[in-house]
Amino acid sequence: MLDLPSLANDMNDQPNKNKLRILQDSQVHDTLHDRHDDHEDHEEDTAEREHRLDLATVREKLREKSGKQYWRTLEELAEDPHFEDLLHREFPRQASEWDEAVDRRDFLKLMGASLALAGLAGCGRPDIDHIVPYVRQPDGMVLGKPNFYATVMPFGADAVGVLVESHEGRPTKIEGNPDHPSSLGASSALVQASILNLYDPDRSQMVQYTGEIRAWSAFLDAAQALATNVKATNGAGFRILSGTVTSPTLIAQIRGLLAQYPEAKWYQWEPARADGVREGAKLAFGRNVNTVYEVEKANVIVSLDADFLASGPGHIAYAKQFARRRKLNGPNDTMNRLYVVEPTPSVTGSSADHRLPLRSSDVELFARALAGKLGIGPGAALSGEAAKWVDAVAKELQKERGASLVIAGEYQPAAVHALAHAINAALGNVGTTLYYTEPVDGDAGNLESIRDLCAEMDHGKVDLLLILGGNPVYDAPHDFDFVNKLKRVHTAIHLSPYFDETSAYCQWHVAESHYLETWSDARAYDGTASIVQPLISPLYYTHSAHAVVGAFGDKPGLSAYDAVRAYWTEASVHLPSSVDSGWRKWLNDGVIPGTKFAPITPVLKFNAASLPAFQPAPADQIEFIFRPDPAVYDGRFANNGWLQELPKPVTKLTWDNAALISPKVAQKEDFVHKVQSRGGEHGQVRSPLVDIELNGSKVTAAVWTLPGQAENTVVLPLGYGRTRAGFTGSNKGFNAYVVRTSNALWIASNGKMTATGESYPLACTQYHFNMEGRQILSTASLAEYRKNPNFAHEHAELPPKDDSLYKEFAYPGYAWGMAIDLTKCNGCNACVVACQSENNIPVVGKDQVMRGREMHWIRVDRYYANSESATSGKATGDPSEYNPTLDNPETFFQPVPCQQCENAPCEQVCPVGATVHSAEGLNDMVYNRCIGTRYCSNNCPYKVRRFNFLRFQDWDSPQLKLMRNPEVSIRSRGVMEKCTYCVQRINNVRIGAEKQDRPIRDGEIVTACESACPSEAIVFGNANDPNSRVGKLKAQQRNYTILGELNARPRTTYLAAVRNPNPELEKA
Amino acid sequence: MAQIFHRSANLIARFSVLALVVLANLALAGVLLIARSPYITNERVSRDQPVQFSHKHHVGDDGIDCRYCHTSVETSAYAGIPPTKTCMNCHSVLFNNVGYLEPVRDSYRTDRSIEWVKVHRLADYVYFNHSIHINKGIGCSSCHGPVNEMPLIFQASPLNMQWCLDCHRHTEKNVRPRDQVFNMDWKAPANQEEIGKKLVAEYKIRTVAELTSCSTCHR
Repeated sequence: MLDLPSLANDMNDQPNKNKLRILQDSQVHDTLHDRHDDHEDHEEDTAEREHRLDLATVREKLREKSGKQYWRTLEELAEDPHFEDLLHREFPRQASEWDEAVDRRDFLKLMGASLALAGLAGCGRPDIDHIVPYVRQPDGMVLGKPNFYATVMPFGADAVGVLVESHEGRPTKIEGNPDHPSSLGASSALVQASILNLYDPDRSQMVQYTGEIRAWSAFLDAAQALATNVKATNGAGFRILSGTVTSPTLIAQIRGLLAQYPEAKWYQWEPARADGVREGAKLAFGRNVNTVYEVEKANVIVSLDADFLASGPGHIAYAKQFARRRKLNGPNDTMNRLYVVEPTPSVTGSSADHRLPLRSSDVELFARALAGKLGIGPGAALSGEAAKWVDAVAKELQKERGASLVIAGEYQPAAVHALAHAINAALGNVGTTLYYTEPVDGDAGNLESIRDLCAEMDHGKVDLLLILGGNPVYDAPHDFDFVNKLKRVHTAIHLSPYFDETSAYCQWHVAESHYLETWSDARAYDGTASIVQPLISPLYYTHSAHAVVGAFGDKPGLSAYDAVRAYWTEASVHLPSSVDSGWRKWLNDGVIPGTKFAPITPVLKFNAASLPAFQPAPADQIEFIFRPDPAVYDGRFANNGWLQELPKPVTKLTWDNAALISPKVAQKEDFVHKVQSRGGEHGQVRSPLVDIELNGSKVTAAVWTLPGQAENTVVLPLGYGRTRAGFTGSNKGFNAYVVRTSNALWIASNGKMTATGESYPLACTQYHFNMEGRQILSTASLAEYRKNPNFAHEHAELPPKDDSLYKEFAYPGYAWGMAIDLTKCNGCNACVVACQSENNIPVVGKDQVMRGREMHWIRVDRYYANSESATSGKATGDPSEYNPTLDNPETFFQPVPCQQCENAPCEQVCPVGATVHSAEGLNDMVYNRCIGTRYCSNNCPYKVRRFNFLRFQDWDSPQLKLMRNPEVSIRSRGVMEKCTYCVQRINNVRIGAEKQDRPIRDGEIVTACESACPSEAIVFGNANDPNSRVGKLKAQQRNYTILGELNARPRTTYLAAVRNPNPELEKA
Repeated sequence: MAQIFHRSANLIARFSVLALVVLANLALAGVLLIARSPYITNERVSRDQPVQFSHKHHVGDDGIDCRYCHTSVETSAYAGIPPTKTCMNCHSVLFNNVGYLEPVRDSYRTDRSIEWVKVHRLADYVYFNHSIHINKGIGCSSCHGPVNEMPLIFQASPLNMQWCLDCHRHTEKNVRPRDQVFNMDWKAPANQEEIGKKLVAEYKIRTVAELTSCSTCHR
């Protein structure tokens, strides 16, 4: 049973990475299974070490509660003594038992040998190194100084402007481009992580024909031969399938091909895009339009299941604009107000002032009712909480005419979008808080497209299928049976960055270049076009879509650069600058001036009364909804370790997806998880596995109870269960596409869930670094804040400043500090990945995360809060009863990096002086001194120190060496690490300033997290300067330190979260 | 019972104890000395290079300024090793057919870099920045020695942490007027301490506490 080799791999993941990578996928899968079985073996001794959640008790307990309290896990809320015992014991009862694969004897042998050899390894003279200078050094390159280039990352119907840091030609870090409308200087977790895809060792590296390597020239010849064939039939059997394309050049190229082959067709399929937006526009205006929101101008925003702060076109810019209206300098400032109606807690919903959980299909009912209240259509009857809500929302929208905004969610049906258009028009918001433009991505219907293509393939009408990106074998609607239809296509060509599920069924596979490797162009959500300029020549034999499409045209071998230049030579005729005069400036700025779409004023032709009568689903019907995963999206980022290990914003799960269920369903069906601890760390949760039968297919998924989830709603996140994603991404989670069919792309109701009786380990980081009930979050409503501006300081008594055994240090120069505004933070995780990218932070893998060993220097804690009104209701253990604390808690996020304490507890206990204070108040970590006692981490009250238990960093893959930031040391095994406030950035800016004999300007040093944050929630600077941004924030009354009573005097402080609830809804 | 040891053995025993302590200390001192010795620090070791480039000739005889080749020394962390192109600026005309310059011409022809052997090797976890030292009045020769007298370049200083700290703790001992930074013949005047203190103030050189913070050099 005990499979030693595979367990050894487990223990020592990194060094064996290459070995593992050459195993077949199935074998890797087996390895995982062995690991799973191994846990079963130990089942009998886990009773003491695990805790099973009891939701009935939680409901009982809530009855006794009064006053505001914060909690992170359901177990915490339950206050179960057994769970608390589990937490408090640093070493669980069986911790001394050896549950590793190597037995004690072998372990001692290895230790003995290591000890003997370790001494030798320390000796010896340094090797001889070489210096390899350029033969001709490129102009403008200063060795040791990074250059920044502007480009854009095309993503769905949007493109995010970025500035990419390049060290001697190697792109290492992505920042937002302040001049680009989609970025406004910020970025997102996906944008930050996209650089890892460039260097991914599992990327496809060459052209293949039926599994054999071919030269590009061979492909060009074959393409011409195929083109000649289809030419004979005017292209009758020629079909192109792409994802959403916003590249003007590629659109023109494909249209050129279609003109050449009049019978050919172009289809588009993007699994995570919904047709509701386009259909809704057609319903409202009789034509497709693109809606651009001006979130900053809205005083009241109503989101109808729209996660506009964290997904969809323009979300980074929207988050930035939204947060600017949440900037509080004092109690007299005003805030916008956000109402969210949604089925499952999203980033947007978690930031809402009022959030109403409704099943996805009931959102339309709400929209109709809201429209009715505003005099549009017949309205609809709502009951309970929703009825109260809709009155208050309608009243407020009426009051804020012209300064309000209703946003319909992408995954809502056309009627909701049409109603939102009508409401916005009726409120006079068009032209102020939103405007319309021509569509950015053409007019192709998503589902229609793939349906038509499948029908044609089925009828044998397709001889030549060119698939430009995407992975339809994996993600096409299951009932279309894309695989078998693809087999009927005579020749299929797949352009893809990975040799994935679809590539395996196509004759030709062309490895696709990353956006940092090729020339292209793309339009942002408001129409602004930008040139995609490469930072590096392709690492492998990869090619762009421009080259592949070009291969079938009359100019095969046309480079992507020439294609883009040629398009813009023509297209720039109407622009302020031409290709010849403006090209360099376009590249420098990252935008092409004059390309932003002009607003249009489509005529509203919508009559809400003409909508067919709404048939609400039976109240007890379970609804399954599909959503792209916040980390791996539709599956395209599955092989990205940074994103896999990134705790998902609300669930905080890593490395897996899980079917998200509401506490009520969990209680009714008894689908509750068990918390386990093993080997001294906490972090493993065993969740029940259920069979989900839907639309005639079945998938087995782990379930996860999510407070705030609408009752009878099950979320099935897409993007997991890949079989050919690569070493990192294959066989993780479950594949929700298997139960997703064309008639129920987003909402399915005819399914059922049955327990399998088995359980599955999930890695949830919210069980780590528990703060054990201490009050570290401070929140208030705007009204409370105005009444008592000092509310953040009432819960803790701060000791006098000199209450310390150690002598006071003076910081006459700079005193670096950080202020994090919890009012603005929406928990999007951009900072976490930005930090990982900047500071060369390794990925540790699911097994290590379950031991609480993730390495993120900044973590984002998610807190739930119960409001006082929420606990006063009658509560029984009955699952049918609605308790706002459990079923719709307020959610807060708190990013926690190293607090850089002035009286740092970690420094006092380090026996080797590896962590000491700098003259500017930084808590320096000296890796080369650290001997790994971990005393510092034990003594850190904030739990922000991270230890390299194993050699987590991949030291072998040559590609990854190119990616690392040369300004930051790579840490090896046995070394403690933590946030340094990006000391490399501080030093570089300071050196620059000192060379000019001037002080460092405020805002000149921008830490990686600060620069990525779309909400401008993180501000870094000189706390000694009262006029600096951070100085002003720290002077606010909302400013507080967490665990201030310890007198550690952290340099990182927080501004208490203030929400702006509607008093009318509050008092009810 | 007769005594086994003669009385004098007591003395020997006492000496042995003393000798043990002395020996142990000597051994420790030896290890520390070896660690600081040129054997470990590679001081004064010249390396075989693909081209036996002479700084003595170029700097001492020809008087070429450091910055002609090490172009980024004032702006970047790295002084910069010149590209082959820089060599060829002169050597396409001067000594353009001598045999020992063939590797240079070959590099230029074939576009393959010359692989120089590194002489000054800092530990990987030290982030040294040339430009700030140059800008604050630390001369090239303070660390690199009299390069103008070195036919083959060698490391003139130990480049260990103690040596770095010696200067970071007493900046006034090594700082010189900015216009003398590239002067290989500059010698510290008799009143260096006095002038140094003035220059430290004038150049706003940071305090000892700041210069000896770990994160000044390590990150």
